[in-house]
Amino acid sequence: MQISTDTKLFDDLSAVLGSRARSGDFELGLYGKDGSVLEGQPAIVCLPVDTEEVRQVVRICHDHGRPFLARGSGTGLAGGAVPVGDPVIIATAKMNKILDVDLDNRVAWVEPGVLNLDLSKELSPLGFHFAPDPSSQQVCSIGGNVANNSGGPHCLAYGVTSAHVVAIEVVLPDGSVTVLGDLTAEPHGYDLRGIFVGSEGTMGVATKVAVRLTPNPPSVRTLLLDFADVRDGAATVSAIIAAGLIPAALEMMDKRAIEIVEAFVNAGYPTEADAVLLVELDGLPGGVEHGVEVIREVAARHEVGNIRVAVDNEERELLWKGRKNAFGAVARIKPDYYLHDTVVPRGKLVEVLEKVYNIADAYDLIAVNVFHAGDGNLHPILAYDSNEQGVMERVHAAGRAIVTASIEAGGVLSGEHGIGLEKRDYMGMLFSSHDMATQDLIREAFDPQGLANPLKVLPSGSRCSDSFRQHVPEGAWV
Amino acid sequence: MSSEDQNSQEILDFASQVGASGPVTVVGGRTQWQVGGLPDPGAREVVAPSGVWSHQPEEMTVRCGAGTTLKELSEQLAKHGQMVPLDMDPTATVGGVLAVGRSGIRRLKYGHVRDLVLQIRHVDHEGKVVTSGGPTVKNVSGYDLCRLLVGSLGKFGCMAEVILRCLPVPQTTRWLSGPADPFEVYSKLYRPSSILWNGEQVWVCVEGVSSDVDAEAGLLDLEEVEGPPDLPTGRRVAVEPKSLKDLVPDGRSWVAEIGVGIVHTNDADTGWRVPEPNYSLMLDLEHRLDPTGRLNPGRQVVEA
Repeated sequence: MQISTDTKLFDDLSAVLGSRARSGDFELGLYGKDGSVLEGQPAIVCLPVDTEEVRQVVRICHDHGRPFLARGSGTGLAGGAVPVGDPVIIATAKMNKILDVDLDNRVAWVEPGVLNLDLSKELSPLGFHFAPDPSSQQVCSIGGNVANNSGGPHCLAYGVTSAHVVAIEVVLPDGSVTVLGDLTAEPHGYDLRGIFVGSEGTMGVATKVAVRLTPNPPSVRTLLLDFADVRDGAATVSAIIAAGLIPAALEMMDKRAIEIVEAFVNAGYPTEADAVLLVELDGLPGGVEHGVEVIREVAARHEVGNIRVAVDNEERELLWKGRKNAFGAVARIKPDYYLHDTVVPRGKLVEVLEKVYNIADAYDLIAVNVFHAGDGNLHPILAYDSNEQGVMERVHAAGRAIVTASIEAGGVLSGEHGIGLEKRDYMGMLFSSHDMATQDLIREAFDPQGLANPLKVLPSGSRCSDSFRQHVPEGAWV
Repeated sequence: MSSEDQNSQEILDFASQVGASGPVTVVGGRTQWQVGGLPDPGAREVVAPSGVWSHQPEEMTVRCGAGTTLKELSEQLAKHGQMVPLDMDPTATVGGVLAVGRSGIRRLKYGHVRDLVLQIRHVDHEGKVVTSGGPTVKNVSGYDLCRLLVGSLGKFGCMAEVILRCLPVPQTTRWLSGPADPFEVYSKLYRPSSILWNGEQVWVCVEGVSSDVDAEAGLLDLEEVEGPPDLPTGRRVAVEPKSLKDLVPDGRSWVAEIGVGIVHTNDADTGWRVPEPNYSLMLDLEHRLDPTGRLNPGRQVVEA
């Protein structure tokens, strides 16, 4: 810790924020982690309440040449909010106001600390919602959704965060305030909004976000299909899509996931099944009923067992409760888990799932699969006990093997959790050094000094091939 | 040589055509050729590879050369009941439509063309191929460069190959028209595909299964028509959707996209004022990605 420089930095930040600039051991410890298994140490934690305070904090960091890291709820799973390089944390928790609901434009301006589900609850009486719905939606923030271009089960039909954010007020790393995008359909100039979404805090700090309001569907149907063989379940997924149906959500759980979830929430999931599909259809009633029929036909061709259609909202919520609490339920079998996130072509789901089981076996870990099958987004959970000697090495090695298997199947590194620190050094599996150097040029335009959440997303030195190669994982092509 | 290798070779050939020096401009179907200004007359013309290289109906994705026409793309996809709702002139190319970045008249339902793009391979100012995005329908691996390339008029690179997300062709598509308050129409319908208004008449497009289309049409007192009206081609202005409420029928020729905020007009100056973006950051980005300004010189995304 650089005591003398940090004292000056802390004094400067305190002059702006008073007691909302903190450096106590408790806060520093609290903000050293996110939802991943990685851990770091921040220098100072700041809790600004508005754009002006964020601007001043960033300006001070800029003047001190000190990195900063904007943080929402810290639910990210790729280490994007884990402090590296002794940064100042800019926590947006106190910027949690819905500023303006503009029904004529079907847009709402919100502060980044507003929680995802709080926003949809607020909009619900007006007949609208915010479409991206990550499983962490009760606690994750809109700012975090923007940083990670978050998805969620309903992104299958509605698209991810980028399609639902029309403009962002941003404090750039030099401390200037700008607005990327606007409320018109075709903003002038380049789509800086589009590149900022999903940039994981490496291009500045979002201080206000204009989100699109999606009308609540007039009709919703939720179905639970069980299969005696996981292969039939996966084949049903591809067949539903090939039949020209895009459900609002199409989720899959394997046998182990069904067992632990059922023991946890008692939703009436069939514990004897090898796999279940949770399918939701929404929209106008005719299309929804047509969809139910298509699913019945397609599933019948693939040896479906029972098809349970939720009769009311209560049952529907119960079925979803199982899905959305699956990760927490893993604690019933092991105290810790590592949640992965890759995407493969839907047609390769079975093949890659089998590889995931084999990989888990090879590393003596338990794999549980609960995932967004409709868009091929796998979320293998590796359950473990961190007290076991050497277990983390096995967890990381298994994770790497899962990523490799996904890429080999024609997939990508991450569907919705982002790259962060976790997958930074895997980027070379998907992109050439020139691809990454091009991405780095864009980051540099926003942040020439490299102060905004440094050392995330791109392997360090992406523009210098020699130093970059040191970080390329073994066996990766560049 | 496998078909994929052959496509890769076409991309490399295109990259060498673009080369590493001298001004170049990429030519598509010339259907929106004037947008952003004409390229410098001295710029060498290059044409991106074309062809629908791989359509995977069960993945709802299609990979094609950027020089593929919309006509060819839609004919290939229709064989499996799918579409990519780009909704522009059939002779336009996929790369051209993305480079210009303007959406078609069904944007209200299908969103911006930008959100249909999964992966782009482009040739940069050094004549090198750059891949961004990924082939799957969901992906957050690395920066979302594809978003930036859409609407960039080729200033960051010349698109060679794109992978797009497909959608099922709706069972029924119906256009309705008549005199009505377009904002009332909008509030009555659930996610209509298009609502157009010229100050006197509305045109509404509803799509889906026939029972839903009938029910939605039943909410409106409108006549069934063949399709949308001809749109004035003089200018295209994007405003906030709610600003369309300020439009008044004044005998002049305009058609507005309700809920979207685009006005097609023949007026030279509409008087609309649009927000000014961060031009300095945009110019900085332009300079970093094409330091000598050799890609599509003359065209301007950022007005000087």
